[in-house]
Formats: sequence, structure tokens, C-alpha cells
Amino acid sequence: MNPSLIDYTLHLADNALIIGHRNSEWCGHGPVLEQDIAISNIALDFIGQARNFYQYAAELAGNNATEDTLAFLRDVPEYKNVLITELPNGDWAQTTLRQFLFSTYQYYFYQQLQNSSDTRLAAIAAKSLKEVTYHLRWSSEWVIRLGDGTEESKQRLLTAVDELWNFTGELFLPAAYETALMQEDIGVDLSIIREQWHQKVQEVFAEATIQIPEKSWAQQGGKTGIHTEHLGYILAEMQFLQRAYPGAEW
Amino acid sequence: MTIAIQHISPEEKEIWNLLETVTDPEVPVLTILDLGIVRSVELAQLDNHQLKPIITITPTYSGCPAMDVISMNIRMALLQAGYQQMEIKQALSPAWTTDWMSEEGKNKLKAYGIAPPQYKQAVCTPEAFQDEEAIQCPQCNSWNTILVSQFGSTACKALYKCNDCKEPFDYFKCH
Repeated sequence: MNPSLIDYTLHLADNALIIGHRNSEWCGHGPVLEQDIAISNIALDFIGQARNFYQYAAELAGNNATEDTLAFLRDVPEYKNVLITELPNGDWAQTTLRQFLFSTYQYYFYQQLQNSSDTRLAAIAAKSLKEVTYHLRWSSEWVIRLGDGTEESKQRLLTAVDELWNFTGELFLPAAYETALMQEDIGVDLSIIREQWHQKVQEVFAEATIQIPEKSWAQQGGKTGIHTEHLGYILAEMQFLQRAYPGAEW
Repeated sequence: MTIAIQHISPEEKEIWNLLETVTDPEVPVLTILDLGIVRSVELAQLDNHQLKPIITITPTYSGCPAMDVISMNIRMALLQAGYQQMEIKQALSPAWTTDWMSEEGKNKLKAYGIAPPQYKQAVCTPEAFQDEEAIQCPQCNSWNTILVSQFGSTACKALYKCNDCKEPFDYFKCH
């Protein structure tokens, strides 16, 4: 058993589950019906990706772990998602910008991971990449539409950039388990992705007529279980049923 | 799906015939063979000389909620045919693509009012505001249609509108 591999798989699962949960909060609240459906579809893709990773992590962990025990019975310090996924949705600009920043990262990440020497991770990555391609296209279009839109939409997008930018650096700062797996040709080299991510963000921001901020300080901790105050509220809502009624099923 | 019948046993052929009766719960005109999600059928010999079918299926999208229902319906079809033991496995690799949809399936989709996936995958890149594929309206056959959203009523569909007959319609998007 490779403990780094379990942590790595959980990190990917948690990323997908938490941003999927955040996006699902828009279901029934989207600005127009088609966009409500769009973000709910994206949420569904993420929950599916999370399940694939949790199922693998459960097999690796043994001890009767299942995808459900991993999602519903771990507490905040055990979650390994990046902080940007757990931040509140804010307005539509903040949600779509977060999606764009994260989907760009995921797009290049999965592109590399599909060549992993771990065939299971490679298969999940190849499958997910097709979905992320649609997410990236959709969220890029929103960033451009808002940035190059009205005075108000642009202002909202700029406010969102200001809110989120400090949380992007963490994507590329490897935790110990990431460094370990990169050396084993299982994990992804984040320094390569950082370059690709930067170039794509720059292209889309240019079309959106906005600038990449100069500040470079990175808020971090999520990958090793040190979270913002927001994650506890997400887990409280998501885990309540299984905590109160252990093993409950539909 | 075209099955190379010359290479399979009558017992295995029977399983394929049973699978032909299992439909997609979201798009009930399509069988799971039309969709191309059945990847393999194997038969294991049990100690009591009965056969145990092992079916491998692959999801269309990671979060497709139809997969659990499809697994259950395969199980039901096999149980009804008298098989007592069976295994339904899921494989992710190679990842499902709309290229695996049968010609018959595409025709059935169109007759059902859903535009079938294009023959050759044209637009599966992340570039924003790219030129859209021309998608034919399944109602009036006009090519004068417009994309409303890449995300539709299920994970596998996009939403279009016909500029001629004015009807909205689903497009089984390329994947």
C-alpha cells in the first residue's frame, strides 16, 4: 500500500466533490433556466468524477472503506481539497470565474494524468478530460462575456478576480504526497501545468479586457487539511444525514 | 452495434440478444447496444454447470445517473431469462465516445426527435466562442439551427433551436 497514492487520490476526489457541491447550490437559483441547467450538469460531472476517485481510494485504503464512508464520515482536517473549491459561490461572476480558473487547471492536470503509470488514475483522467473540455469552454465564455460586457458586469468580474486570485497559487504548490508521486511517474508535474494555466488565463483575460493581477501571495493549506471556515458548513450540510442516521439509504 | 456473430457461441449470442432488450432509461428508444456502452460479455462456468454471465459496461459521462438503473435492468433481464448468478462490471477505459453509437441508434434518435451525434467529432476543444457545428433539426430537417446551450436535459445532450420551424430540440452532443 502506498500512502501517498491514497492521499493523492483523496485530494482529487475532494476537489471534485467540494466544487461539485458548491455548483449544485445553484440548482434552482441560476440566472436563467439554461444556465441553471448548465451549472447543475457541471456539478453532476464533478460528483461522478469524485465517485470514481473515491471508489479507487476506498479500494486502496481497505478497512471496509467505501466511497460513501470517505465522502460522509471524514471531517474537515481529513479533507484535502484546494481552498478555492470551498469558497462560497458569491455572485455569478465569482462562480463562473472560479470555474474558469479551476477548469483550466483541471484541463491541463488531467491531460497529464491520463499518461500516469497508474492505469486507474489514467483512466479516470481520460474520462474526466472530455467533460472538463466542456466546462472550460463554458466558463471561458462567461469570463469573456462579463469582462467585455457592461460596466457592471466588468466591475463584478474584477471584484471576483480580486477575491479569488490569492487562492490560485495553491493549485501549483505541491503537497508532500504530490511530490512523492511525481517522482514515481504516477503524479503530475505541477510546474508544467502552472505555465500552461498561466498562458490560458492570460489569453482569456485579454479577450475579456482585464488584467492578471500582479499580486502573487498564495493562501494555502487545503491540500494538507488546513481549511477556511467555509468547509465545515459544507460538510455539516452534506454529512448530516449519515452522521445522524448512520448507514441510512434511500 | 454490429456483432461479429461468427466468433461467438450460441450461449453468448443469447446474452447479447438479452442485452438488446435493455434500454437507456433517459432515452428509451436506444438499447444499451445502440449506445455502445456494453464493452464485453464473458461466460464463466459454475461448479453446477450453470453459466454465469459477466457483463462489462462503461459510463457515457462520469456522473450519468442512468448507469445504476442500467446495471439493475441488465440484472433483471438475466434473472428473467433464468440466470441465477451474474456480474456487472464497470470499465472506464477506453473512455466512451459517441463514435460507438450504432447507425441504427442514430436513426432511432432522430425519429424520436433528438438530433444524433455528428459522424465525425468536429468540436471537442475548449476554445471559447468557436464556430458551431451545423446540426440538422430532427423535426423539419433544416440546417438553419442555433446552439442555445452546450448543456441540456441530460449530461449527454446540448440544447438547440431551429430558426425555421422555431422548435427547440436536444442534440446528442459529441463526446
